[in-house]
Amino acid sequence: MNPPAADPLSAGLLERLPLLARDALTSGLPEPWRWVSNSLLAILAIIVVFSSLFALLTLAERKVLARVQNRPGPNRAGLPLTRFRLGGLGQPLADGIKMLTKEDIVPRGADPVLHFLAPVVLLALSLLTFAVLPYGRLLVPVELEAGVLYFFAAGAATELALFMAGWASRNKYSLLAAMRALAQLISYELPLLLAVVPVVLLAGSLSTSGIVAAQAGWDLGFLPRWFVLTPWGFASFLIFLTAALAESNRSPFDLPEAESELIAGHLTEYSGFKYALFFMAEYLGMTALAGLGVTLFLGGWREPLPFLEFVPSYAWFGLKLLALLFVFIWIRATFPRLRIDQLTRLAWKFLVPLALLNLGTAALWALTAGWGPALQPLRWLGATALVAGPFVLLGRGLTAGLRPRTYRFA
Amino acid sequence: MLGTGLLHGLKVTARNLVGSFHDPARMVTTQYPEERTRLPENYRNFPFLLGDDPADPLGTLRCVACQICEKECPPQCIYIVMERDEKGKAQKRPKVFDIDLSVCMSCQICVEVCPFDAIKMDQEFEIATADRFTGLLRHKEDLARSNAYYHQLHPTEAAAVDAALAEQKARQAAAKAAKAPAPAAAPPAPPAVPPTPLPPAAPAP
Amino acid sequence: MNPAAPPSRAGASVRAVQDPFHGDLLEVSMGPHHPSTHGVFRMIATLDGERIVRLKPVFGYLHRNHEKLGESTSYLASMPYTDRLDYLNSMTNNWAYALAVEKLAGQAVPERAEHVRILLAELTRLLNHTCLAGFLLQDTGCSGTPLMYAFREREAILDLFEALSGSRMMCNFQRFGGCRVDPSPAWMEAVSALVGRYDRFLDEYEELITGNEILLARTQGVGVLPAALAINAGITGPMLRASGVNHDLRRVDGYGLYPRFPFRIPLGDHGDTYDRYMVRMLEMRESLGILRAVLRDLPGGPIIDPKAKLRGFRPKPGEAYGRIEGPKGEIGFYLVSDGGPNPYRYRVRPPSLINLTVLEDLCLGHTVADAVIILGSIDIVLGEVDR
Repeated sequence: MNPPAADPLSAGLLERLPLLARDALTSGLPEPWRWVSNSLLAILAIIVVFSSLFALLTLAERKVLARVQNRPGPNRAGLPLTRFRLGGLGQPLADGIKMLTKEDIVPRGADPVLHFLAPVVLLALSLLTFAVLPYGRLLVPVELEAGVLYFFAAGAATELALFMAGWASRNKYSLLAAMRALAQLISYELPLLLAVVPVVLLAGSLSTSGIVAAQAGWDLGFLPRWFVLTPWGFASFLIFLTAALAESNRSPFDLPEAESELIAGHLTEYSGFKYALFFMAEYLGMTALAGLGVTLFLGGWREPLPFLEFVPSYAWFGLKLLALLFVFIWIRATFPRLRIDQLTRLAWKFLVPLALLNLGTAALWALTAGWGPALQPLRWLGATALVAGPFVLLGRGLTAGLRPRTYRFA
Repeated sequence: MLGTGLLHGLKVTARNLVGSFHDPARMVTTQYPEERTRLPENYRNFPFLLGDDPADPLGTLRCVACQICEKECPPQCIYIVMERDEKGKAQKRPKVFDIDLSVCMSCQICVEVCPFDAIKMDQEFEIATADRFTGLLRHKEDLARSNAYYHQLHPTEAAAVDAALAEQKARQAAAKAAKAPAPAAAPPAPPAVPPTPLPPAAPAP
Repeated sequence: MNPAAPPSRAGASVRAVQDPFHGDLLEVSMGPHHPSTHGVFRMIATLDGERIVRLKPVFGYLHRNHEKLGESTSYLASMPYTDRLDYLNSMTNNWAYALAVEKLAGQAVPERAEHVRILLAELTRLLNHTCLAGFLLQDTGCSGTPLMYAFREREAILDLFEALSGSRMMCNFQRFGGCRVDPSPAWMEAVSALVGRYDRFLDEYEELITGNEILLARTQGVGVLPAALAINAGITGPMLRASGVNHDLRRVDGYGLYPRFPFRIPLGDHGDTYDRYMVRMLEMRESLGILRAVLRDLPGGPIIDPKAKLRGFRPKPGEAYGRIEGPKGEIGFYLVSDGGPNPYRYRVRPPSLINLTVLEDLCLGHTVADAVIILGSIDIVLGEVDR
């Protein structure tokens, strides 16, 4: 097992490049100011990188959705005021300008403070969650011992902002829709957390860097020791993915925002830039959850094969993040939407029991960690059976009475 | 097992996503206006009036202002006024032939009922205008096109129409020759009149 | 908003919609401007919490005086207006009208024209059911993917119609005594090619969505239509067959040359939305079988009866009702002639409207999201509902 390269000086040049750039800017300052400006630069870097990622993600989503649907997607908005189309890369800019130039309407009876604060709070809390993700070997913005706990605290607080939006609009329809969205979010907090607990158990640490450190090394020389490649980890990852989709109000869990839904959702009374902020907060939340998924299950910034160490770690993190986001978009392109009662039933009657049983499986896995090579197949088979069995049984209970039918002909 | 249907669905969308890059059957968009689809020959949009002479279609319109198309048109978008001379005698030419394209529904009934093959369907559809009162009102000057244009648009149909017209002319000439009394001094009229030559084939656009 | 509203009038299934123990009922209007109501259609739903306790459909936003107009237009001139009734299926509307007029006037139709009519009617059935599959799945929230696949295939058929009749949707193709244009051999080749490809599209579509657990959960058990109610309410078409009633006018009436082309009729057992969707998918496969048989057996001959009159068409006084099994149900035209050039009375039996009368019964007890899907599975086109 390779020891993690904690010493900055021993890492390669590409790894150290962001830190060198930061030091070039702030090395002249005296000590407390230096720390402040380093932190501010980290915040600025996160905001810039992830806002650009959000912009490109909206475009990528539209293009991928379009390609799945046999059409090219936006391909005309390019450099403004020129003829260069750039395959539609200017589309996010055009959308941003459109959103900014729209009239901002606040309903007369609405609570102006809450109405204004809701998108701001949502965005701020979504951004807060980015502080603990390890983007690279040397790139953790804030090194917290309880990083995962902090992530979920900030993430759960965003639900408050959603309800603030529904309440402040003073519109009974958006209030109902906000309550329904809140029910969905609260239902899926539990599977989300329960899917993460086995990871914490096996990594022995709540800190995100510690979890990435626990996934170091390769089995048999080429299989990385990422948690997703273990039976319990795979199940946890799938539960985490499903819950993350529901937490970000993404298809197939986007009933609160559906167009075919009568009530236009908690965002009814928002227009213009505030709507854009909600949109941005949703995408940032999705990105943060994807980033956490990468950290917890896909080995964070670790390279998949030993000889690929020359590629900098933040590039690996970025690649894995983009792959996971692509999976989210792919799922959106394919599946219909679940109804609210089916959604909550899925959470409480399927995901929660599955996650609890998975916790037990992970505990058994931890207890049998010392088994020798002869007993490893037993360990793997046992764990797989303990994961697959409940999945099949609970799945049968969930889809009781639903099956494709055969028809008779006259 | 729960999830097999979902996985099949993901497989199909993945196949379409990958196929959209190399398989033309999975990228079916025509990038209008840079690319255009070829319209089929039978495509019809709005009517036009047919004139025989390519150099002066307006002066050689086949329309005799019989007003059959005006009566048969379902939304009544055609307005015809017959040309009359000073004494009021009908001149078998339209003085006014207006079609309001904003009313016309492109049903082609005027073409079907015209006994003189004087009105046919055009294929132009990029006629949007900002003037909502008279922008789509077409007069006979705007509607007149030559038979050569007709051949260009609908070659098969135009060839059939020309053949039918030629046959009709031949029959009329033969009937006239059969009925004509034998003149005293003039030589007898030849028994068969050669048919009028067909107009030249469609010139390449 | 009156909780003590009278129960629905469609008959057999009366459920308690007046309940003094429930509190405020919420009345929401899925207004005429709505992305999922398939046209300008309004549903006033009274909700108790999430469940619908009363649903009043309001239509008429697309009323264009079609029937009254028919009284002042000649028989031929009404033909393009029938295109615009169920604007997705113009060929079958044309045929139903032509059938009614031919019955009225005693007009015969040559064999080639009958074959071509069946060909076009089955192509229209493919068009309509593909369109329904796309829109129904779009309503369940599929972000457009099945819709785009469905429309990709529709384009091929619409291009065929454009090549034949000059217009993709407003075909104005059938005449009294036959068809307007004789299809060329090249066109027949194109139809054969399409029929050869269509099975693969249906297979891919089934793989994409029909086994999907989420779709099963959304559509099975939703909007159950009992067979007795369906018969009492006059439901026709795939909606009736999905409830298990074996009634298809192609077999019952045997109009045209349908008795020569055997086909199977899929029947559903539950009458829910899933059955209505699957019956249509199976009907598409049967249509492909009919198309193959017609393409094989297409005879030569005139495409329209040489004795048919185009202008000056004055049927003798009398009345006739001509009906066909359109893709949405029984579409019929009732004509009364008084000997003049225009009909004295012109009446359309719109299948969408009559199928829509049971909407409230289907939606009671379900949520609004289900109501959208149930409406989608009834398969209405507002041009036909409102005429």
